[in-house]
Amino acid sequence: MKSLAELAAIRERMQNKVMLREGSGDIRVVVGMATCGIAAGARPVLNAFVEEVNKAGLGDKVTVTQTGCIGICQFEPVVEVFEAGKEKVTYVKMTPEKAKEVVEKHLKGGQVISDYVVKDI
Amino acid sequence: MKELSLNILDIAQNSVKAQASRVEIALTETADTLDISIRDDGCGMKPDFLAAVTDPFTTTRTTRKVGLGIPLFKLASEQTGGTFSVESKDAETYPDDHGTCTRAVFLKNSIDFTPLGDVTGTLTVLIQGAPGIRWVFTHAMPGGEVALDTAELKEVLGDVPLNAPEVLQWITEYLTEQYAAAAGDAANNSL
Repeated sequence: MKSLAELAAIRERMQNKVMLREGSGDIRVVVGMATCGIAAGARPVLNAFVEEVNKAGLGDKVTVTQTGCIGICQFEPVVEVFEAGKEKVTYVKMTPEKAKEVVEKHLKGGQVISDYVVKDI
Repeated sequence: MKELSLNILDIAQNSVKAQASRVEIALTETADTLDISIRDDGCGMKPDFLAAVTDPFTTTRTTRKVGLGIPLFKLASEQTGGTFSVESKDAETYPDDHGTCTRAVFLKNSIDFTPLGDVTGTLTVLIQGAPGIRWVFTHAMPGGEVALDTAELKEVLGDVPLNAPEVLQWITEYLTEQYAAAAGDAANNSL
């Protein structure tokens, strides 16, 4: 069974990392988590981003956050990627599988997946 | 919404927006009923707003947090023959005792009962999005109970944030194990 002792171990492992993380977070991934997003499947998309970013070792560079309604409910689940010095990228009709791809190709590889992007919004 | 756990996520987001410091999600299940309540100590709603809160068409953009969330949750419960209520005390009138409690009771044997679905996924998203809030979760079932109180985790974690991926992973496994144990107990009891 999972125990609180394991959490204490996580704490010990993390304490050094937390120091490193300060001042980082070059890329921000924002998942729309209002009624429209949730109904369209944003929950597994958010969880997939958290998991895949961690798996890819991008935790120091990428921050995954949530927001309310972005205003394009018909395209939900919507995910916005903000990167310093670059234009915002808006991914639409996302799924956990697409999220994994975005982490691999865009967040890690720097290549925007234009097939999943909606322009001029 | 395909799962009631998604309604719970949606309603609890209102508590986050109401700047709650503590949110309690309590699920109580019998063989025939499921009682879901989401109680927060957020800013609350004034009586005139509260009166209109279940009507999707009285929503204005500035109060967007209401929108369809509450009407959908209400519909999901009432279509099973269950009941729905929202109680609220606004912070201005009740500075020391404010907050909102949304409660829905479902009749599980109704053909229109929406399955509860992935509660664990809902809780990890809530904790990920609002790690500063104290989340108190309980799910009492005939076969056992599942519980999580982020205050207890925080005590062990110290400076490490609740939304660190390793911690979220631990929470997922912790809840999954509890659900498996509760289901196992239920199976044993029925033998």
